[in-house]
Amino acid sequence: MNEFVERLIGLHWAEPKPAYDVVIVGGGGHGLATAYYLATRHGINNVCVLERAYIGGGNSGRNTTVIRANYGIPEAVRFYQHSVDLYQGLEEETERSVMHRAKGLLWLAHSEMGVRAERARAEVNTAFGAKTEFVSAQEVKEICPQIDLSGGGEWPVMGGSHYRAGATARHDRVVWAYAEGAMRCGVHVHQRTAVTGLLKDGDRVIGVKTDKGPIAASLVLSAVGGQVTTLASMAGLRLPIRSHPLQAFVTNHYGLEFDPIVASADLLFYASQTARGEMLMGAEIDRQPSYSYRSGHPFIQSCALRAMTLLPFLRNLKILRQWTGVCDMSPDYSPIMGFTGVDGFAITTGWGTWGFKGIPAGGEQMALLIASGEVPELIAPFALDRFARDRTLADRGSAGTH
Amino acid sequence: MSVRLHCPNCGDRPLEEFLHGEIPTVPSTIEDPDARDLDRAFMHSNIEGLTTERWFHAFGCRRWLTVVRDTRTDEVRGS
Ligand SMILES: Cc1cc2nc3c(=O)[nH]c(=O)nc-3n(C[C@H](O)[C@H](O)[C@H](O)COP(=O)(O)OP(=O)(O)OC[C@H]3O[C@@H](n4cnc5c(N)ncnc54)[C@H](O)[C@@H]3O)c2cc1C
Ligand SMILES: [Zn+2]
Repeated sequence: MNEFVERLIGLHWAEPKPAYDVVIVGGGGHGLATAYYLATRHGINNVCVLERAYIGGGNSGRNTTVIRANYGIPEAVRFYQHSVDLYQGLEEETERSVMHRAKGLLWLAHSEMGVRAERARAEVNTAFGAKTEFVSAQEVKEICPQIDLSGGGEWPVMGGSHYRAGATARHDRVVWAYAEGAMRCGVHVHQRTAVTGLLKDGDRVIGVKTDKGPIAASLVLSAVGGQVTTLASMAGLRLPIRSHPLQAFVTNHYGLEFDPIVASADLLFYASQTARGEMLMGAEIDRQPSYSYRSGHPFIQSCALRAMTLLPFLRNLKILRQWTGVCDMSPDYSPIMGFTGVDGFAITTGWGTWGFKGIPAGGEQMALLIASGEVPELIAPFALDRFARDRTLADRGSAGTH
Repeated sequence: MSVRLHCPNCGDRPLEEFLHGEIPTVPSTIEDPDARDLDRAFMHSNIEGLTTERWFHAFGCRRWLTVVRDTRTDEVRGS
């Protein structure tokens, strides 16, 4: 029996009811965390989560699990730092091990420009609650002895910013912890149930059509990740989202300890070691919008080349697995959360390549929004109407990776 | 296998040589001029299925070509 089946044994998998107060479409981290906080914080448990495949089968179970708050704008730093804090308490909160581990995150600088950018990152982050220090090249070497400070001759390390609270957690365990917690409170989770359309009364959304029949709802929340454009179009809504594949890969076991998460904005890659000792690497999205899960050699080749520039020991390792997720990319690299202007239809999207870290805070705040009918302050800047109001949140600290 | 595009000048070339260009389309159902501007600036059709798009052969002959691609599989149906 696999870990997944074993852990969800003893849970009550109910038959779908014809109606719920809240129907959440998408059994990823954001959908399930929203259900969890609705049930545990607001006593709203007449809720179901509909998942077309299996929970955590989307990006929430495919990501490289970097948890950080060192973003580039105040709104984002505040929001993500809150999420980092919630992650720290998540094991206690859910009474489940999610293998959360704070290991620190280094962003390396390779030029005077890079040094200035990392100094600025440290200042902005510290000012808004995500304590980050600028460290010298020598200190970089102490934090992570494996880094070649000469950067293969071409990309010398001139320092970096160090965010100590940077962490990782086991992605599917996070999904399962929220699912279990929500189901214990009476929330229904229906796997292998795809939403194929929306029930409408005029312009108002009043439920969903699924491949197992219609389900009515007072509110439908879209938490479908890369599929959001398709679902939102059924509500008559156009979104500033493009779906792009993002790939990642792991090597075989690396015998030494590799402690922090290491990232380079110039070389556009990041690396960390998994609990199993594999080296895990990711980089930027595929350039063309696509819903394809294809992974390919060009990505590994270019990412591995860049990673080996700074981490020469990778040369001796072999690539074990490679995979792809389809990311809901927003134009300003910030999430989109809240009501949509279509009655009965809310969204949580724009999580792109950075939304794993946002799962606890995103879920908590979306639950507050749904329960109160009012937009919580922490997520007000992330509303969909920011594009019409000329209040986009262009975030250089997001940069479209982890 | 990497995805390849057929360039009329250069023949079958790897996708990595091309830059993607979206053909912006504001739906005719949007009539209000401000709403059309907003849509043109930010919104995407982001079609899950067959889409017609432009690709620029940046690392090749530097010409544009029109491609019909199925975004679910990246299969090219015509160019
Ligand atoms: C390779 C990779 C690396 C990443 N690395 C990081 C990282 O290091 N740090 C970080 O913070 N973020 C990272 N991310 C981003 C992060 O994984 C996502 O932003 C996050 O998981 C989004 O969660 P979600 O719940 O919104 O979406 P998902 O987890 O994708 O869940 C959406 C679910 O909806 C389901 N669904 C879709 N359509 C329907 C339908 N019609 N009916 C029913 N169900 C439907 C899908 O099957 C899916 O399970 C990475 C992503 C990828 C792909
Ligand atoms: Zn050409």
